[in-house]
Amino acid sequence: MYRIVNKKELNATVTLMEIDAPLIAKKTEPGQFIILRTDPDGERIPLTIADFNREKGTVTIIFQIVGATTEFLNHMEEGDSLHDFVGPLGRPTETEGKKKVAVVGGGVGCAIAYPIVKKLHAQGTEVHAIVGFRNKGLVILEEEFKTNSSKLVLMSDDGSCGKKGLVTDALKQLIESGEKYDEVITIGPLIMMKYVSMLTREYNLKTIASMNPVMIDGTGMCGGCRLSVGGQIKFACVDGPEFDAHEIDFDEAIARSTMYKPFELKTHEKVCNLLKAM
Amino acid sequence: MAVNMSLVKNKVLAQNAVYRSKNFLEVTFGYSKEQAIDEANRCLGCKNKLCVTGCPVQINIPDFIKEVSEDHLEEAYRIITCASSLPAVCGRVCPQESQCEAKCVRGIKGEPVAIGRLERFVADYHNANCKDTIVKPKSNGHKVAVIGSGPSGLACAGDLAKKGYQVTIYEALHIAGGVLVYGIPEFRLPKAIVQKEINVLKELGVKIEINIVVGKTISIDELLEEYGYESVYIGSGAGLPKFMNIKGENLKGVYSANEFLTRINLMKAYENNVATPIQRGSRVAVIGGGNVAMDAARCAKRLGAEVTVIYRRTEKELPARLEEVEHAKEEGIEFMFLTNPLEIRGTEEGWINYLVCEEMMLGEPDSSGRQKPISIQNSEFYVKADCVIMSIGTSPNPLIKDSTKGLSTLKWGGIIADETTGLTSRMGVYAGGDAVTGAATVILAMGAGKNAAAAIDEYITEGRYESI
Repeated sequence: MYRIVNKKELNATVTLMEIDAPLIAKKTEPGQFIILRTDPDGERIPLTIADFNREKGTVTIIFQIVGATTEFLNHMEEGDSLHDFVGPLGRPTETEGKKKVAVVGGGVGCAIAYPIVKKLHAQGTEVHAIVGFRNKGLVILEEEFKTNSSKLVLMSDDGSCGKKGLVTDALKQLIESGEKYDEVITIGPLIMMKYVSMLTREYNLKTIASMNPVMIDGTGMCGGCRLSVGGQIKFACVDGPEFDAHEIDFDEAIARSTMYKPFELKTHEKVCNLLKAM
Repeated sequence: MAVNMSLVKNKVLAQNAVYRSKNFLEVTFGYSKEQAIDEANRCLGCKNKLCVTGCPVQINIPDFIKEVSEDHLEEAYRIITCASSLPAVCGRVCPQESQCEAKCVRGIKGEPVAIGRLERFVADYHNANCKDTIVKPKSNGHKVAVIGSGPSGLACAGDLAKKGYQVTIYEALHIAGGVLVYGIPEFRLPKAIVQKEINVLKELGVKIEINIVVGKTISIDELLEEYGYESVYIGSGAGLPKFMNIKGENLKGVYSANEFLTRINLMKAYENNVATPIQRGSRVAVIGGGNVAMDAARCAKRLGAEVTVIYRRTEKELPARLEEVEHAKEEGIEFMFLTNPLEIRGTEEGWINYLVCEEMMLGEPDSSGRQKPISIQNSEFYVKADCVIMSIGTSPNPLIKDSTKGLSTLKWGGIIADETTGLTSRMGVYAGGDAVTGAATVILAMGAGKNAAAAIDEYITEGRYESI
């Protein structure tokens, strides 16, 4: 069992939890993920690690409520325990030797972008964080990004915070203004990463995208997380979750991500009703 | 008692094929005690125990059968468990027809003795009736770590625990059992039986740590250097599912057999109101002809689909056990032989629509000795399907190889290990089962675990080992 030592609601649909998991905390590097189950009958869901504290032996996850499991997870409180928590899985972000990097995050994907930004900043890389949200109410980790980057550009769809527009607008502007990045790292909704990738391809700018597909075991056994990268089948869990964005078939990944949507909606509704009744 | 000279085995009852193809309950029922004794009396008790030579774990078969014939069932159980840690499992999933029973003298004229069914009977009888508590062996003070709680790891752990070793098994998933739990379906191997066998090991003192991915959470080097294990056994299993690398394999509705079976067996997706979903196809095509393909096909059938197995050779070359193929056919699963998928085409929404296949013919034997399938020009045709399950094998998992210094592997990724001892290129590190051989059977994996347990015991107590 893995105890929830801290819980914080970052906004109406996004929650942070710090989990007691010393073995995982000891090994975690930015870019890696865990798989959890809330209860003995629960499904296994992958979540990318948002932060970790080796001294305290804790791993932080940030999740958006999208389905039954995350809804149920959000109803758990400090002191409760997750039934299963396994990791760190996947390959860490490659940060070595990078002088200047733009990290482009969208929505809850910013939770994953944050540890990468933090590590790059700590090792002396010049980091520009470009983060986008639908509106002011959905902004997360603004302070954390501010203190761990050389430049923070906050974007919102409706202009209620930061600048109005898309993260791609901000990235394009920075590139056009002469910023020379070694690499762009993008994490967020598939559609956003696709457009970031299309933009950077025009500038021949190396881009890494962090993928979060459907997954069961997370150790390479099921193959559910496969995606096409450079025409080859790759498994996000063991080969990724980060890949060269210019090689990823985003349209296929977007189609695959909808495979269980109807089921997800139905079970989410069911759990909501159940929790309301309780 | 006089030898029973019947040329045929005592029959077992099975659920009616139509009825069972709609449920996940066990297909075959076991022998009654009377049937078991009658069957045991068919054994000639040969001095030259050929059947034992066919058993990868060398169960003393004639001796246990003699005890059955005399109604000494606990003694029969004791004899089996001297050699096998998982008798109720092996009695169900071993390919006896190509192992012990293939060597049985009675099989020369008529059917061999039903060794598998007798093993299952003895184990089930013991599990149902024996109330004795297991005496935990006295500790010898030595610690061994086992990676993976599948058949290989369990066999190795069981043998070492019986010798007094403190054994800890590290399991990546949230439940122990490996392929016995995520791969083999409930109707062939009820999970309660697997759990019982695992409980026996726990009573012997084996500790099982779930949710630990060796190679990620902990490394083999840490196990040896920081955790104080004197030896490590790698029984991490087969690994990554293979795909055909044809167009359309990532359409919605295409599964690897591993994923399909894991959703059903491990996550219980066939039950109502479970958290893990599965797409219930109405026309399912299973690609491949091994036991895993049969398991996937029969699961799909039970979820209500029309199922076709597509195999590029003929029925004669099917790698699956004959019994599995027969059961599948009885349940209404169709077979399309000499057929090779070329492409999967999708709907506008990205779901599978149909497969493009070609007809094949058999040519000259290839390196495996089987006739090589050759495609017939301009023979393309379509097969309608809304779900495709790729069951064409696995390639080894890279996690342990990538995280362990000095562990040699073959080009295809299998860990290099001595055939008889399981010793790898690392001193004190042993390996066996699918991680070494590639996909094989439960009993071969168990045999490797057993042999390694003996070698680990020699290494630790006498310091003896022969480098590979």
